[in-house]
Formats: sequence, structure tokens, C-alpha cells
Amino acid sequence: MLFKRTPAPHIKDHTSVRQIMYMVLYALIPGALASIYFFGWGVLFNLVIAISVCLLAEAAVLKLRKRDIYSTLLDGSTLVTACLLALALPSLAPWWITTIASLFAIVIAKHLYGGLGFNPFNPAMVGYIVVMISFPLEMTLWSAPTGVSVGNHVGWPDFMTSFNWVFLGVLPPNETIDSISMATPLDLIKTQLSQFHDIAETRNNVQFSALFSNISGTGWQWINILYLAGGIWLIKKDVVDWRIPTAFIISLVLISNLFAVIDYANNSSALFHAFSGGAMLCAFFIATDPVTASTTPKGRWIYGACTGVLVFIIRNWGGYPDGIAFAVVLMNITTPLIDYYTQPKVFGEAGK
Amino acid sequence: MTDNALIQKSVISKNGLWTNNVALVQLLGLCPLLAVTGTVINGLGLGIATLLTLVLSNSIVSLVRPWLKSEIRIPLFVLIIASIVTTIELIMNAWFHELYLVLGIFIPLIVTNCSIIARAEAFASKNSLPDSALDGFMMGLGFTLVLVVLGGLRELLGYGTLFASADLMFGDIGKTMTITFSENYQGFLLAILPPGAFLGLGFLIAVKNIIDKRQKAKQTVVVHGAEPVAG
Repeated sequence: MLFKRTPAPHIKDHTSVRQIMYMVLYALIPGALASIYFFGWGVLFNLVIAISVCLLAEAAVLKLRKRDIYSTLLDGSTLVTACLLALALPSLAPWWITTIASLFAIVIAKHLYGGLGFNPFNPAMVGYIVVMISFPLEMTLWSAPTGVSVGNHVGWPDFMTSFNWVFLGVLPPNETIDSISMATPLDLIKTQLSQFHDIAETRNNVQFSALFSNISGTGWQWINILYLAGGIWLIKKDVVDWRIPTAFIISLVLISNLFAVIDYANNSSALFHAFSGGAMLCAFFIATDPVTASTTPKGRWIYGACTGVLVFIIRNWGGYPDGIAFAVVLMNITTPLIDYYTQPKVFGEAGK
Repeated sequence: MTDNALIQKSVISKNGLWTNNVALVQLLGLCPLLAVTGTVINGLGLGIATLLTLVLSNSIVSLVRPWLKSEIRIPLFVLIIASIVTTIELIMNAWFHELYLVLGIFIPLIVTNCSIIARAEAFASKNSLPDSALDGFMMGLGFTLVLVVLGGLRELLGYGTLFASADLMFGDIGKTMTITFSENYQGFLLAILPPGAFLGLGFLIAVKNIIDKRQKAKQTVVVHGAEPVAG
């Protein structure tokens, strides 16, 4: 699909949905590779399942709706949704979790609302939320990152163990799911705080200290840094607007820093928040979704900043370890309102 | 009974059950509809309570029609409905106590179900007793059916069972009615939570619209096919 030419002034640019989506996919690669490096085969399985289910579902719905299947299927938007979803899901999620999330994302969140360009909510995040509130237990199944020992091994489980667990739901006889999975730093700090162990205590605990790195969590730090790098490349290429990520990061850092300064023992540092969980993935790839995010310059500042604040609120006081998906979907609802009140002045309009 | 009266009866019935279904078309009474349809039995219990209220309120409103002053009719409707609901609440408390506890606040809240006052105002205050009673019954039945179907969908997805805890309503026989589809079903929590109710109702409305569309298309085809013969 090419963007329609509008009346003058013309800027010659043949960017299509397809080009944009593939650039987003390229920018995801470093972070995704880091995810696979730190969390193992499970991430790869998530990607394979999510991509195949999303593409199949998209093709089926397009056929039902009597639309052109190939041009829409290959425009890359479905691939982006699938990849974002797969990278957000925990690495040891059973296959049916990924499948349900993918089906919800494409069929309900995207096509029941009218398809690409009409969906008010970010499809990948709706899919994530559906499985998050339906299967909270399975959604904590992250493997131990590379270099961290859990049970009687170090790092993530080998190919056969992961495969059997993800696709067949069986584990080797001497293993339980607890001996191959591990809480994420965000989750761990939350549960420890609820048992009145402050952050320094958790980080110094021999049992957990390997999970934490200088900035945030082992693995998470690098994954987030690489998403940041990919995101900066996207901004340089003019694929995403710089305002939403900047506003998001600034507001998340400011508010988490404020609380960390007030009560250092019970609040993680600003850097920890910015480089944990899905923060950078959200900042550059999820919150910037061209369909569901605010589109006016001022609106983007508001949208990004509010998302950052919501992420912090949900992480700190909500019932779930990470708040990215909920924050983004909550802000998606407000997008029309934000856009309505932040219309830029038309050139030549009289000033107040 | 003349043919005309029969036709009117069938129109009233079809109106309540399908064309003007309280839940699927008028979209009234959504608060209890969405809140208590976690299981079939909950849906059925509230459905029957609403049905009884509708029949009684329609009948009474129709009976007192000659003495109704139109200026104060709405407060009178509310009074009538409130007394009926209170009676039903007390009856349920006495004979279906467990079900009463499960449905909780939603039984007294039947008073606020807009469909009841809507039927009193739009139908019962203008029609005869038999017609009004039938209208109340059919509207209530249509509402109950939707509650049961939605409850069934959500129970099946959410718990993997049907007719769980039917003993609340049917006594000891009810214990044998529960159908369990899979012993170690994990449960799809979303179906039981409020979003599941909204999604489920949305899908039911969609299904109804599809059926209506198909029937309309069929009728047009029949009409077109009939034209050459008529010509």
C-alpha cells in the first residue's frame, strides 16, 4: 500500500507500510538476538509459534473478509505484531499460551475492529494482556538467564528440555518447572518487597545476587540496551517519531528517580526501571505504533509521558510484575482525546 | 380465538424472543447480564427471577390501567415493580437460599433493570391483561435464554463444566446434572472475568445479526423468484 499523494506541498517519498514495517523488524533484530542469547530456545519457539499463528490467522480472516490476502499478509504489520508479542511473552511459555495470545491479537484486537489502521488498541499488547490475566502462573515462566544457576544447572535449559516443555508440556523426570524457571528481577523485587525485604537486601542475597547486573538485571540490561540502539536507528531513519520514546523515557526516569530519592530502600533506581523488563521495547517499538499512538506533536509528548508514569505506577503498586502492556493499552484509549485537544494550528490561523 | 388475535400473540412472542430481544437488541439490563453470567445456573436463576418480575409487573400495570393518571404513572410503575421484586427476593431467600447468596445484590437490582419499566411503559400500559402477561413472559424468556447461553459459554470456557452447582436450584437431583468436560482443565480465566462477559455478549449479538442478515437475504431471493410467476 502506497500512501496517497496529497495536494501540494509535495515531499517525494515512496515510503510504504511494507518498508516501514520491515525497518521496524530489522531494528528489533539485535534485541531479539540478545533475548535468545540470554533466555535460550524458548524465545525462538515463541517467535516461531507467534509468527506462524499470526500469519495463518491473518490469512484466514482476510479470506473471510474477502480481502486481498497476499499484499496485506506481506506488508509486515502482522510480522511486527507477532514479533513484539513473542518477545514480550516469557521464554518458557507453553505453546498454547503463545497461540491464544496470537489469535486474540490478530482476530479480535486487529480484525474485529476493522483491520490495520482501524484498531484502537495495540494488537500485540491486547494478546499479551489476555494471556496475562487468564494464566498468571504460566506468565512468570522465564528461564534463568545465561550465567545464572538455577536448580542443578546454569542458565537456560537445553534444546530438548525446552522443546518438550513448550510443545508437549513434559519435563525430564528429575526436573520440575521450578528447577528450570526463575523470577525476573522486576518480579523478584516486587515479591521480596511484599515480604519486607528491601532492595539492597534482595540484591545482596546470595540466592539472587547473580540475577542482578550493574544497571538492572542480568541479560535484561543488554536486551534493553540493544532495543535502545535499534530504536535510535529507527529515529535516525525517520521511521518513528522521537517524541514518544523521549517523553516515555524521561517521565519513567524522573518519576522513578523521585521515588528512589525519597525512599532508597524500597524503590529501585531510575536506571533499573529504564533498563528492566520491556521498558525500551515499549519506548521505541510498542508505544510508537503508528495506528494506536497519538499523532500530533504535542499529543505525542503527553502520550509518551503518561505511558511512562503508568508503567511506573503499575510496576510499583499493581498486581503484575511489569506494566508495559496495561500502560500502553490504557493510553491507547485516551489517544483520540489527546489528539482532539492537541491539534496543531493550521498555518495562517489567527492567534489567540 | 380469532385468527387476528392469534397473529397478534405470535407477533408478541417473536418480538420478545428474537426481534426485540431485551439483551441482544434493546441492550437493556446489561448490568446483571454481564455480572452474573459466570455459570449457567447463575444465569438461569437471575433469568427466572427477572421473568417472574416482568410477567407480574406487566399484568398488574395492565390491570390498573384504567385508574392510572398519566402524570404519576412512572412513580407508580416503580412502586409496583419494587414490591414485586421485594416479594421475589424474600421467596428466593426462603426457598433457594444458596442461590440467593450467590446472586446477592443482583436480585434487588432487578428493580433497576430498565427492560421492566420499559415494558410497563411501552406495552402493558396500553394493552389488555392477556397480551401484557404474554409480552412479559416472552420478553423475560428471551432475556433468560441469553443469560443461559452466555452463562454456558463462559462456564464452558472458564471452568470446563456445564450446570455446575445445579443443586442450588434443583436440590439433590441437581448434583448429578453437572457435566465436566475435562478433569484437569486449566480454566480460561478471561471468560469468567468481566471482559469475557463483554466479549461473549458481543459475539452473541454478532451471531444474531448474521442470522437476521441471512434470513433477509433468503426472503429477498424468494420475493425475486416469485416475481415472474406473479407477472
